[in-house]
Amino acid sequence: MFFLNWQEGQNVKQIKMKQFITFVRKEFYHVFRDPKTLLLLFGMPIAQIVLFGFALTNEIKNTHIVVCDYANDNASHRLINKIEASKNFEVAKIIMDHREIESAFKSGKIKMTIVIPPNFESDLKHFNKTQIEIIADASDPNTANSLNNYASNIIMDYQNEVMPESKGFMQINTQIRMFYNPELKGAYNFVPGVMALVLLLVCVLMTSVSIVREKELGTMEILLVSPFNPILVIVSKAVPYFFLSLVNLSVILLLSTTLMHMPINGSIVLLYFASAILILTALALGLLISNVTNSQQAAMLISLMGMLMPTLLFTGFMFPIENMPLPLQFITNIVPSKWYYIIVKSVMIKGLGIASVWKEMLILSGMALFLLVVSVKKFKIRLE
Amino acid sequence: MRTLIFLLSKEFRQIFRNTSILRMIVAMPIIQLIVMPLAADFEIKNINISIVDHDHSSYSKKLADQIIASGYFKLNDYSATFSQSFEEFETDRSDLILEIPKNFEKDLVRENKNRLFLAVNAINGTKASVGSTYLARIITNFNANIQQEWRETTRLSSSPNIEISTLNWFNRLLNYPYFMVPGILVSLVTMIGVYMCALNIVKEKEVGTIEQINVTPIKKHLFILGKLIPFWVIGLFVFTIGLFGVGRLMYGIVPLGSIALLYAYLGLFLVAVLGIGLLISTYSSTQQQAMSLAFFCMMLFMLMSGLFTPIDSMPEWAKWIANLNPVTYFIEVMRMVVLKGSGFADIKMYFLIMLGFALFFNTWAILNYKKTN
Repeated sequence: MFFLNWQEGQNVKQIKMKQFITFVRKEFYHVFRDPKTLLLLFGMPIAQIVLFGFALTNEIKNTHIVVCDYANDNASHRLINKIEASKNFEVAKIIMDHREIESAFKSGKIKMTIVIPPNFESDLKHFNKTQIEIIADASDPNTANSLNNYASNIIMDYQNEVMPESKGFMQINTQIRMFYNPELKGAYNFVPGVMALVLLLVCVLMTSVSIVREKELGTMEILLVSPFNPILVIVSKAVPYFFLSLVNLSVILLLSTTLMHMPINGSIVLLYFASAILILTALALGLLISNVTNSQQAAMLISLMGMLMPTLLFTGFMFPIENMPLPLQFITNIVPSKWYYIIVKSVMIKGLGIASVWKEMLILSGMALFLLVVSVKKFKIRLE
Repeated sequence: MRTLIFLLSKEFRQIFRNTSILRMIVAMPIIQLIVMPLAADFEIKNINISIVDHDHSSYSKKLADQIIASGYFKLNDYSATFSQSFEEFETDRSDLILEIPKNFEKDLVRENKNRLFLAVNAINGTKASVGSTYLARIITNFNANIQQEWRETTRLSSSPNIEISTLNWFNRLLNYPYFMVPGILVSLVTMIGVYMCALNIVKEKEVGTIEQINVTPIKKHLFILGKLIPFWVIGLFVFTIGLFGVGRLMYGIVPLGSIALLYAYLGLFLVAVLGIGLLISTYSSTQQQAMSLAFFCMMLFMLMSGLFTPIDSMPEWAKWIANLNPVTYFIEVMRMVVLKGSGFADIKMYFLIMLGFALFFNTWAILNYKKTN
């Protein structure tokens, strides 16, 4: 008797499993039969990696500048040649009248002007003293700051060249070693960020929209009145995105190691494990969003503006967290991707092990668990 | 004309009756505009530094003092051994380690040279290069000072000196939000234009109500105008709130140039952007598709617009993409007119280019829009 019951239970379990797999397959079809969605899913990470890797840099190169050369003597020509030789600057124009400076700035392309005073060479020779004025377009404060620094360094270099006798007198040399990223590639900073961004995007946005879509079109009603467990309906919606995210992650890692020559110094298992936790967090969030909205447009707006922007802002890969006002710094702590970003940087680039990142892992897991519980609790079986 | 008025009143009613979306359309950009410039501060000023001082001389202390006094660096720890500091370094608590060797002062005086060691956490390449440049400059200054001191005491002749004075035009105090707010405002207006327009039309397709419109004698261009005008108005509205509400009240940004000029450009820009939204809608049949396409385009537009990273530094092929991006031009115009006070003569070319974009996208979209399946 007992045995029969057990067998029956086993059968029911098997049938349920079969149903579940059927549902998951249905969801996979949904995704794969829509090439435009696939474009977003796979085209985006690739495009982002390429752009961040090759096109986007905060480094300042080839800035167009104007030199206002009142001196027009040998010394000033040598200085101009030296400026032109650096990769940071491109001398667009040499002018003789300071009234042209303002119009050059206003028409856009010029970011800096260097003003060399008359009698530059003779002042330098006879009085040992002269002045140079740097005018920067500070509407972009960062660029202005860096440009000022670069230009000052060039002028100081020039000054040292002019007077070789002071060399060797109490000279301090600084030996600089760049750790972890000796070539100062932007990719080292961006790739972990792009990973977090893509995983969140795929999971939160796609999950919430695809669930709400069924609500909007009315097919959700059909699913809810079926004998299949409603929670499993939702879970089966999340499963394809879970796997797609892992595939995406692999694509990103593959691209960054082959195209960008980035190292994976730490354990790759740990990397995938951390990613899986982030994906679960994101899926739970997507689920939560789908619970509180009824239209795809609203779901998308919440996911995009409420989720994507904070990720972009508060993860720390685009904007330095330590510069933010304190309340915002506090907010960054509740953004899951911030912790993920720290983990990926430590594991992938610094090659650290679980001993150094267990705290971050714990925080991330806590978030995942909390969001999963809340979203399942909030899930409504009944339509209002 | 009467048909158009009917269509418009239908669209506006539809928008105003969906309060949750309407609220989001207005609230989200404002919140973002308030938060983003505060967060998006690239200026590198809080570099955490560890100093390992093996010398403990008056020179080494003076150097440390000068570094901290510069305002760019925050002293994280002042350790006795390198390995101690390296632990801080590994866990990201410090970004730079400066190691001052033993007998730093003595060797400098006796042998006329010495060497400092600087370890930089270079994962964030920008921060690393800016940080080490600042530090190198402080060390050079320190070097020049002690050279000068010795020369004075030993009565050597003074060396030639070029004084450098820097002026910061257009943003004297190097206020970062001045730069970011106009750019972010543009990106928000673009997002609203592209997403709202694309999704609104596709929703009619998905739900099936577009069929009802297709069987009426409404002309193609009237239907499209009916869809575009409401979002054009919303775009203007959001821009106004952003410029006057957030920009002026919160950040104190008063455009130097003509406001009429800004609005004229905005009007043209919105036509181009809505054309893109329309185009996306003609290529998709579900909202999810439209969203995917729109998102993909938006990502390219935002990243390649010079909003966050300078276009001048991009490689040639990337500059081409940036130049084919309408958002690039509006961001530049905003920054020029708002911060530098550029006039119409300065941005004539920009008007022509945007006109080209507007014509191109809208013509393509209208040609591609079909009333029949």
